[in-house]
Amino acid sequence: MTLRTDLALISDWISPGSRVLDLGCGDGTLLAHLQAERDVRGYGLEIDDANIVACMRSHLNVVQRDLNEGLYDFRSDAFDYLIMTQTLQAVRYPDRLLKEMLRIGREGIVTFPNFAHWRARLCLAMGGRMPVSRALPNEWYNTPNIHLCTIKDFENLCRKNGIRILDRAVVDVTHRETGSMRLAPNLLGEIAIYRLCQQPA
Amino acid sequence: MPKTIPPDSVGLVTPKHQHFDTPLALDCGRSLPEFELVYETYGELNATRSNAVLVCHALSGDHHVAGYHSMKDTKPGWWETCVGPGKPIDTNRFFVVSPSNLGSCKGSTGPTTDNPETGKRYGPDFPILTVRDWVRSQERLALALGIEQWAAVAGGSLGGMQALQWAIDFPDKIRHAIIIAAAPRLSAQNIAFNEVARQAIMSDPEFHEGRYYEHGVVPRRGLMLARMLGHITYLSDDVMRAKFGRELREGKLNFGFDEEFQVESYLRYQGRSFVDRFDANTYLLITKMLDYFDPAADFGNDLTTAFARIKAHCFTLAFSTDWRFSTGRSREIVKAMIDARVGVSYAEVESTQGHDAFLMPIPFYLDAFGAYMHGIEVEPGG
Repeated sequence: MTLRTDLALISDWISPGSRVLDLGCGDGTLLAHLQAERDVRGYGLEIDDANIVACMRSHLNVVQRDLNEGLYDFRSDAFDYLIMTQTLQAVRYPDRLLKEMLRIGREGIVTFPNFAHWRARLCLAMGGRMPVSRALPNEWYNTPNIHLCTIKDFENLCRKNGIRILDRAVVDVTHRETGSMRLAPNLLGEIAIYRLCQQPA
Repeated sequence: MPKTIPPDSVGLVTPKHQHFDTPLALDCGRSLPEFELVYETYGELNATRSNAVLVCHALSGDHHVAGYHSMKDTKPGWWETCVGPGKPIDTNRFFVVSPSNLGSCKGSTGPTTDNPETGKRYGPDFPILTVRDWVRSQERLALALGIEQWAAVAGGSLGGMQALQWAIDFPDKIRHAIIIAAAPRLSAQNIAFNEVARQAIMSDPEFHEGRYYEHGVVPRRGLMLARMLGHITYLSDDVMRAKFGRELREGKLNFGFDEEFQVESYLRYQGRSFVDRFDANTYLLITKMLDYFDPAADFGNDLTTAFARIKAHCFTLAFSTDWRFSTGRSREIVKAMIDARVGVSYAEVESTQGHDAFLMPIPFYLDAFGAYMHGIEVEPGG
């Protein structure tokens, strides 16, 4: 199995042997990869029953939990990395969760679909309709994504909350990165991937 | 009664007995000079003795976990949903050992068996045990069977507490702990319910300070009340509403205190049938053991410190409408395990059935449990 490019990218950012908490770990693809390739010791948090069973089949530590309840009971600095792929936009309080992530983990890794991608802009500006695209496949009425944002929005939030951006990658839905995306990420990037840490207050 | 044994059942089984001649020191300071455990086994122990699973029972359970004792049995063992060929604890892969615990009334040494020092039944003189004592006695059984390390120790409710205690007390002798519908210790509310149950028994005029055997009587009313009360805590409000609602037995109010509502007759039936198969002194003893269970107490009241010695991988399960040991109690266990860097998985199963859900065939419960058990290597390092 080849790992999705965004997951491979994340994997490169993780130092071997570290402790990882994967928020919304799905069927455990990333966690399994990190365990095999990076020798991490990790746990996944996941809400969906079928995904819980899938993680168990892969011998992963998975804890069934709704991220909207927050992470209040996790100790500060308990993990090296907190990872959240394609989940930030679906939680009730993304700003609070980000803060929690960087309290519990030394670093945070976050990916989300960029709502300012040119196709989304075109759809709204010219078509007058909420964008439905490869990165955003749902209709407005059935999407789990309740807090969509753009690369600019996200970086503004980071600035406002004293979050330092250590690394950024911008890719398309096939998770490739092109030179033009690097030049105009907010226009051309479909998925944004960040490595973050909290600046000391 | 089964006309034929279902293919996913362990089938006809016969209890076995193991006698222990060396004294067992107990937490209360006393010791049992000798004791006996009755137990059942299902499946085959492999050549390396590495596929053994210990199943621990709860308050009113016993060694008869799965299968039938005879073709005349009306019901199989108490965990037939989870133990058998192809079931979560798959007897095609695992060798299952299930003892009746000390102090219970199903054959192992307890209040209803004879005290070798007096030749009379122990009755109320049987020492108050702890879950740690149970685990010690089970470890003796493991040694007797030549099992140096359990592939897993599993149980629901008080059974789950034993699995947890195993992981703490014998970290090298258990590879996996499966802790279902349990709690790291009882709440004041849990203890309160237990105390009312004990008072019901002890205030029965036929209790005779626990020496009712000598009077040829049984504190039936007290034990029945205790069971009725317990049963309420095993069910959820939802399941009671669905099962009984406000349904009347005769379809009308009779303006009296006889059984009128279906739920009343259900509880009375449960209470009455319990009296015929259970002992009042055992009920007192085991509710006390539940109250005393508190692994953190030995480690400065810090659960994380208690768990720091665990080497087993753990799996915790809780059920949404269980209010006896709610999901919050299982989350306490999981949190402390993560803090102690213990490998753990946790599933929270939606169910209407309350605490009793751990005995029910709920698809996600069986899937998650089965997936976890499937991941346990029966030949580690092999």
